[in-house]
Amino acid sequence: MSVRPKAQSVGPKPPFWRDRAKRALLFQALLIAAVAAFLLYIVGNTQANLAARGITTGFGFLTNTAGFGIVQSLIEYSSQSTYGRTFVVGLLNTLVVSALGILAATLIGFVVGIARLSPNWLIARLASGYIEIFRNIPLLLQIFFWYFAVLRAMPSPRDSLSLGEAVFLNVRGLSLPQPLFESGFGLIPLAFGVAVVASVGLMIWNKRRQEATGKRLPAGWISLGLIIGLPLLVLVATGVPVTWDVPELRGFNFRGGITVIPEFLALWLALSIYTASFIAEIVRSGIQAIPHGQTEAAQALSLPRNLVLRLVVVPQALRVIIPPLTSQYLNLIKNSSLATAIGYPDLVSVFAGTTLNQTGQAIEVIAMTMAVYLTISLLVSMFMNWFNARVALVER
Amino acid sequence: MRDNKNKWVLLTSAAALTLGAVSVASAETLENTRERGVVQCGVSDGLPGFSAPNDQGEWQGLDVDVCRAVAAAVFGDADAVRYISLNAVERFTALQSGEVDVLSRNTTWTATRDTTLGLNFAGVNFYDGQGFLVSKDLGISSAKELDGAAICIQSGTTTELNLADYFRANEMQFDPIVFDTSEQTVGGFEAGRCDVLTSDTSQLAALRIQLSEPDSAMILPEVISKEPLGPVVRQGDDQWFNIVKWSLFAMLNAEELGVNSENVDEMRDSDNPNIARLLGQDGNYGEGMGLDANWAYNIISQVGNYAESFDRNVGPNSPLGIERGVNALWNDGGFQYAPPIR
Repeated sequence: MSVRPKAQSVGPKPPFWRDRAKRALLFQALLIAAVAAFLLYIVGNTQANLAARGITTGFGFLTNTAGFGIVQSLIEYSSQSTYGRTFVVGLLNTLVVSALGILAATLIGFVVGIARLSPNWLIARLASGYIEIFRNIPLLLQIFFWYFAVLRAMPSPRDSLSLGEAVFLNVRGLSLPQPLFESGFGLIPLAFGVAVVASVGLMIWNKRRQEATGKRLPAGWISLGLIIGLPLLVLVATGVPVTWDVPELRGFNFRGGITVIPEFLALWLALSIYTASFIAEIVRSGIQAIPHGQTEAAQALSLPRNLVLRLVVVPQALRVIIPPLTSQYLNLIKNSSLATAIGYPDLVSVFAGTTLNQTGQAIEVIAMTMAVYLTISLLVSMFMNWFNARVALVER
Repeated sequence: MRDNKNKWVLLTSAAALTLGAVSVASAETLENTRERGVVQCGVSDGLPGFSAPNDQGEWQGLDVDVCRAVAAAVFGDADAVRYISLNAVERFTALQSGEVDVLSRNTTWTATRDTTLGLNFAGVNFYDGQGFLVSKDLGISSAKELDGAAICIQSGTTTELNLADYFRANEMQFDPIVFDTSEQTVGGFEAGRCDVLTSDTSQLAALRIQLSEPDSAMILPEVISKEPLGPVVRQGDDQWFNIVKWSLFAMLNAEELGVNSENVDEMRDSDNPNIARLLGQDGNYGEGMGLDANWAYNIISQVGNYAESFDRNVGPNSPLGIERGVNALWNDGGFQYAPPIR
């Protein structure tokens, strides 16, 4: 084998613009400079325009008193709170409807997606009917449907539908009893924690035992019993240290207990059902992407159908499912801003709506709101990428 | 779809503020308006009596008449107006960025709006106050009985603030249900989502007639705030500010002098020096605003005086049936008072 001398070592060094790598670096630097200059121009120009028009700017308004009420708040809030607090209240309301929406959409989506592949004709057709109906109607209309159509069918507070005189459903929402914890209740979360740790231990032991002896215990059922049973046992042993604040009709509305407002219910239902129809298709495609030979091989080993799904098909399908699933989660979070159409007090309605208008500081408020959605979306994206890396097939 | 269109207005408005190089030289608005050939007027998203399209799709109302008066003064043609429908949240941004030349959209004059938004209020075309609309089924007769009520409100209004103040002062609780447009607010009230709908009393009268059964609802006697409503312009263009201000004053002065759209041509020969000055027969009072001497004559002959506009749109001759009350002229027991033209 002959060794050729390197081209660069002979003759004068070529100028940097002949060097591909250096040239690329130069262009990238120029691009960054141009983008930075453009941003600087926008910021400077905006400030100049606002000043020239005598419009107040800055973030000082965040510490001013808001002076308006918000119907649903997860933290302490009154009309004497600051605009800064309205931001937090709106943000939490957005997060809670998004988180519960993602949870429900994932559950419904997986069930419907698998149901669509069911050998049972009726179940498969019902599932495809669900998908075709809900993913082809605009989300805003679905929100209006759940809010106005379903809401109008509800009775007034005085003729509420009630369940055991403790749970009430009416046009003002769902009133539930609120648990009030007394001293000694701390043992129950503790028992729950112990049960979870014990279940994890059992799973690990069971897996080792199976690898060593080939025998397996129904560890899933045992764990479930442990996690539910142990806290229940402690609850009874300590004499049920919980009292319930039951909602009661006083004046116009129910007072006491927890009220889930109909705006929340409508938005949550619409977001979950709409997004679930897309997730179902993603799940179906993920499962169908697994060659049928895999299923047949598993069946040849006489694994039951549920184990074939759980041990062979789903783990492989997940790597196809996760990336598009991430997009659906991001869509759901961003779609939650449609809340403003039905008066659910989310970030857009409370902060980019009322606060913006009361202070008139559109640019600051909109910039903060956009930054929030961007941050939430990037965080979800990061988490899902991490999760995707974990479930990805490792080629050996 | 209206929502998308509204988002678009807000977006272009924000873009104009961030990207556009805007100069605030005086006389700019009149010049731009003349070049364009129409006055761009920001109106509501449909509030009968104040600004709403009629069955032929033409905008009508007390606020619309201010737009028409400005167009008549500038172009001699009251129809040279392009109406831009804005919701409560978008209205100020749209005016600030130049999307509209004048905002005539039942907007309450407050200190914050006048001093921190870069805007000027050009007068008051309707003195209003906040009230409560309730269903007759509730069987209540006073706002003091509203403790614990769920209340529908439109987002981005002074109403939201007054409401919280009133309930706190009276140590009562309430659940605010906040909607984007007045249409949705009425929808929520009709669906029974709230016990009470609150807004300016004039608007309540307008919203009540939009209910499927107007007689099932009533307006409570309490008026809990001062709501002087008037047209708004951008700060820094004094000439345009004067044009809008004096267009409104011309309508008020015409009523005071007994000049209306029917008799304005005969009145041109009037011996009354006040009428002669108003109609441009004696001196040219339009010159200082960059208009011709017929500016007020055009307003009165094409739009009418304030009484005509009031009666036609919100008064006893209209479905709203609002009494003149405090909106009568100063010499008739009301607050409406225009400085003299001389």
